[in-house]
Amino acid sequence: MSILKDAITASLGREVRFIEDYQCPASVVYCFVPRERFVDAAKAMKKAYALLAAEWATDETPFGRGYGIFACYRWGSEYLIVNTEAPIDNPVFPSLTKKFLPAYRFERQIQSLMGVTPLNHPDTRPWIKFEDWPKEAWPMRKSFDGSKLMPREDGDYLWIKAEGEGVYEIPVGPVHAGIIEPGHFRFQAVGEEILNLEERLGYVHKGIEKRFEKLSWEEGFRLAGRVSGDTTVAHSLAYCIALESMTGCQPPDRAHWLRALFLERERIANHLGDIGAICNDAAFAFMLYQMMRLKEMLLRINHRLFGHRFIMDKVIPGGVAVDIDPQGKKEIAAEMNRLSKDFEQLVTIYEENPSLEDRVRDTGVLSPEKAREICAVGIVARSSGLNLDCRIFNPFPPYDQYDRLELDVPVMISGDVHARTMVRIQEIRESIRIIQWILENLPDGTAASPINPPEADKAGFAAVEGWRGEIIYWLQSGPKGEVNRCMVRDPSSINWLGLEQAIPGNIVPDFPLCNKSFNQSYSGHDL
Amino acid sequence: MIRILRQIFRTGIVTEPLPPDEATEVMEIGTRLEETVRKRFRGSLAIRQVDAGSCNGCELEIHAINNPIYNCERFGVHFTASPRFADMLLVTGPVSRNMEVALKRTYVATPSPKLVIAVGDCGCNGGIFGETYASLGGIDKVISVDAFIPGCPPTPVALLNGILRTVEGKRPETDRK
Repeated sequence: MSILKDAITASLGREVRFIEDYQCPASVVYCFVPRERFVDAAKAMKKAYALLAAEWATDETPFGRGYGIFACYRWGSEYLIVNTEAPIDNPVFPSLTKKFLPAYRFERQIQSLMGVTPLNHPDTRPWIKFEDWPKEAWPMRKSFDGSKLMPREDGDYLWIKAEGEGVYEIPVGPVHAGIIEPGHFRFQAVGEEILNLEERLGYVHKGIEKRFEKLSWEEGFRLAGRVSGDTTVAHSLAYCIALESMTGCQPPDRAHWLRALFLERERIANHLGDIGAICNDAAFAFMLYQMMRLKEMLLRINHRLFGHRFIMDKVIPGGVAVDIDPQGKKEIAAEMNRLSKDFEQLVTIYEENPSLEDRVRDTGVLSPEKAREICAVGIVARSSGLNLDCRIFNPFPPYDQYDRLELDVPVMISGDVHARTMVRIQEIRESIRIIQWILENLPDGTAASPINPPEADKAGFAAVEGWRGEIIYWLQSGPKGEVNRCMVRDPSSINWLGLEQAIPGNIVPDFPLCNKSFNQSYSGHDL
Repeated sequence: MIRILRQIFRTGIVTEPLPPDEATEVMEIGTRLEETVRKRFRGSLAIRQVDAGSCNGCELEIHAINNPIYNCERFGVHFTASPRFADMLLVTGPVSRNMEVALKRTYVATPSPKLVIAVGDCGCNGGIFGETYASLGGIDKVISVDAFIPGCPPTPVALLNGILRTVEGKRPETDRK
């Protein structure tokens, strides 16, 4: 019983081939369609109200095949992966961009890094691959030697232009004014009003996906934990769950619960920092310092109890690397009470400050229609009317105990900076409650199970709700059981499009405020 | 407004409610740092932070030394928006190929004499990202570096300590992994 499976069967009939025993976990439907029906499959998905979660390519020459093209769709708690193939001597595939907007950047990235061309794509400029890379350098191909630096070539990036009386351009970055990651933004403006924002990302491309292929399965979680440092728990967790699904490893219950504990602590820490930073960008520095204080207290307890301020490298394949003792439980319970009290007082101040309200309301609006169109995920989606949360729709224990946990997912429809702040505030409250509940009900047992390497020619999948939103990992083992591909999809890969959509019509001085309210990861996007 | 004032008074000065050993450590480092900054930088050390390709973990900790608990500004250390005003560059890595040019330009834009510190394991030697088609490895592969602060990411205390040792002229190069 699967709505997406039925929809694609109804549309493509016998041309769609469902493949069993390849994709893990079995709940993820996996099918193959002929290349010329790839867009028809997307149409069927669109008709079924599915959203595009990710699109990627693999080099399958080690299997004696060409390039694999994959599109992953999501509807409620269902995931469906559509696979097609492009032969080596004709590396092209039909573009999905006109059906699903997020394919716009996924496909530019496929073209740039794998050298497989999306046909009928409206924008052929490279993405992440800069103009000074050699034209024939496609690092994700197996034939590419990833260990050597590439020579630099001449070339120009063709920016979108605006013309007319009084139109001017503001280039910003890659090195920004604050302590943040690098990226380039180009504004066209008239007076203070922004006509268009064009993002250019890729500055922190470190070749992470290629690097995964050089590491063993056991080492991969450490690299995953460094895809985006602020989301280290959720990323290594997604990697581990995908790997465990391929090997049939069942982590003990206690490990699952501790993972949830770490995940919620990461969510609180980042949301606290974001709420403070949003207020700071609206010239309300008081809140930044108050929130930073609460965040620092949380990080210190992380350090004392779990050995790392961000709990990095503590989620490992098969379980977790640290456990908690009764004393630690008491400490966290007391900490949560303190935090909750302080936090509520600050929320009242946020809500009762009219000059702050004036800045955050109706600023940087991402309308629900647009959010759906770009298939937004995470806090950005929930602030624009989309009820998406992997903790509900794709849960691991303890989130699957719906009747006991009664997780409340906040959804707002105004899509402005205020909505994104309120969603964070509400999520902190929920996370505090979840942590207290976990501490009271934490099952006994060990913290990790042994794990074997996966068999040859298998694929693993995981979707985890990090603090920014849904993180997807898709792993593929090669003919000898080695890592053939590790696809990482950070929420930023999609939500950066949302920022571009939310900015036009705002004034230039509000950009930092809008950007902060999205707070997407550069590193997670650029990989 | 009254709530804001109440919150401010109730919070008090949070700088330094640390466990005794940690508190002494931060104060010790801070006092020496303040002294050196006063002597060598006329009381104010301006730092420009450059992310040359990091995973943003190091940025979180550099942010943290600005929070009210570490509050590096009380020691005369502050972060500036432009490299033109900076005495020191705090660079996190590894240097990605796509940031190499921007990093070099930032370095040139910083007036001499200047100090450069490579922050984090990746800034020191490329860390887990290594040296690949897209990553050049440590910061010293691209610009000259005076000191290294290892750690993944280095804690706020390690950062303050590293900055102190660098301005004192003790180059903690032996710390390099």
